[in-house]
Amino acid sequence: MDPATLKFAKSHEWISLDGDIATVGISEFAVRSLTDIVHVELPEVGLTVNAGASFGEVESVKAVSDLYAPVSGEITDVNNELQDDPDKLSSDPYGAGWIAKLRVSDASELDGLMDLAAYEAHCAAEND
Amino acid sequence: MPYLYNTQQQTSRMLSTIGVSSVEEILQNEIPEELLLSRPLDLPPAVTEPALQREMEGLAGAAATGQRLCFLGGGVYDHFIPAVVDEITSRGEFYTAYTPYQAEASQGTLQAFYEFQSLICRLTGMEVANASLYEGGTAVSEAVFMAMRITRRHGNVVVCGSMHPEYRQVVDAYFEHLQTEVRVINPVDGVIPPGKAAQLIDEQTCCVVVQQPNFFGCLEDAKAVFEVARTAGALSVLSFDAISPGLIPRPVDYGADIAVAEGQPLGIPMQFGGPLLGLMACRGEYMRKMPGRLIGRTKDQNGKDCYALNLQAREQHIRREKATSNICTNQGLLALRATVYLSLLGPQGLRDVAETSCRNAHYAAEQLCGIDGVELAFDQPFFREFTLQTPVPAETVLARVRQCGIDVGPSLAHVGATNLPNAEYCFLVALTEQRLKADIDALVEAIRNAVAAGSRDSAQSVPTLTATSQGGT
Repeated sequence: MDPATLKFAKSHEWISLDGDIATVGISEFAVRSLTDIVHVELPEVGLTVNAGASFGEVESVKAVSDLYAPVSGEITDVNNELQDDPDKLSSDPYGAGWIAKLRVSDASELDGLMDLAAYEAHCAAEND
Repeated sequence: MPYLYNTQQQTSRMLSTIGVSSVEEILQNEIPEELLLSRPLDLPPAVTEPALQREMEGLAGAAATGQRLCFLGGGVYDHFIPAVVDEITSRGEFYTAYTPYQAEASQGTLQAFYEFQSLICRLTGMEVANASLYEGGTAVSEAVFMAMRITRRHGNVVVCGSMHPEYRQVVDAYFEHLQTEVRVINPVDGVIPPGKAAQLIDEQTCCVVVQQPNFFGCLEDAKAVFEVARTAGALSVLSFDAISPGLIPRPVDYGADIAVAEGQPLGIPMQFGGPLLGLMACRGEYMRKMPGRLIGRTKDQNGKDCYALNLQAREQHIRREKATSNICTNQGLLALRATVYLSLLGPQGLRDVAETSCRNAHYAAEQLCGIDGVELAFDQPFFREFTLQTPVPAETVLARVRQCGIDVGPSLAHVGATNLPNAEYCFLVALTEQRLKADIDALVEAIRNAVAAGSRDSAQSVPTLTATSQGGT
């Protein structure tokens, strides 16, 4: 995925919409902040999530962080490869490191998310 | 334990260094006058060391257990503790070691706990064990919370009514203000019928908790109950007797997903009830959901084996309200005692302890049932403990037997296990490998006499038409 085409949440998840199915992951910034990722707790397929709710966890050597749903919907697929190889998340967060796909219930929720430029500004501000 | 105080000279020198004439001057300058005590503390004058020693010996003598015989059950048992256990755990390096947050300064402690975890895995047959919890009761509750996290089911938890009443109270305390329902399967003739379990376990059940042997000493059909749980997608939690794997199947053999226990029988004295040691082990796939400390073995930058705290990101000091538990420590010194004990005994030694305890219990039961009117409360197979029913109220029997220097029990009433018929007449009898045939024969004699005396007393009192007779006090 080209980050320039993605939308971002303040909590560092990215989302890409194709029809009514969205793919979700976490950003390069998030991956770098977490350092060595050792485990990903994936949601169950079929789980219904509301925007902003926790649907999984990413565990690094220094912290366990929640994954927050950028929009509401039902989980249709998860990237099981991350169970055996959490490194994919660090090495290719926008591609092979995707985390889950969901059927979006309200596409207008994406309007509230940031584009790449706004997100990068948000990260810069966070660092101050 | 040595106490190092400051001499008058040391105190004076410290005071003059900071330019103050007395300790009182420091307090008076900082504490508002209306809050100062302004009089000496109401303490007697200091006694000499010999006088103090005499006074402490007097107090110790009053609580002497010396030559008393112990047949007490209910979760804490009088097993033999080899001298090596005290010898090793009394070493200053172990005795005063703090929680091993700095791996580089705590390799000894970390290695000991790693060995402990390894031994608990061997004992239970499970793949992962933590570095210990506080004691058996909270260990059960932690296992239930763990099952809720794993299954993501918050509807209900099913526990056996034959579990230790005090462990049950701990579970009830934890769940009192939660939405999750605690469902209890009532025992029939001292054990849980698997069919009854099937009535209470549903697709909202996070787990079922079975104690093996149960509080009454009886052996449950844990395998069958766990089959019911598995079919419903609920987890199986086994609360086991710590020495029982020496003789009866290990938790893994019953199909347990999580195994917990009170570890006191493994080299820890009874100590009038504590401190005790909680054991927890589980299937490998649940490792990240486990509460408590986990020690891991890894390699340092020189390629040598070393040990460190692992998966700390799940613990309270990092994960806060989303942590697996609020526990962020372990029972270090007692886990070390258990490690030394198990290392010393080995599988054969543990087998000997378990088998001797079992044989002693069966001999005792046989002899006790030879007393007129005395019988086993439940007609069930047992391991090293059983519930005895006498024609005289239990507390009366126990009090009389206590006067002969023999401690047996507790009575069911004492621990609140009163929801059974004739509970007032029942008490626990437990045997360990320490009891000799002569000890058991003495117990039988004492109970025989207590029952006879009690029967005489009730025969002399005014007969009543109520079902319970008031034995003599």
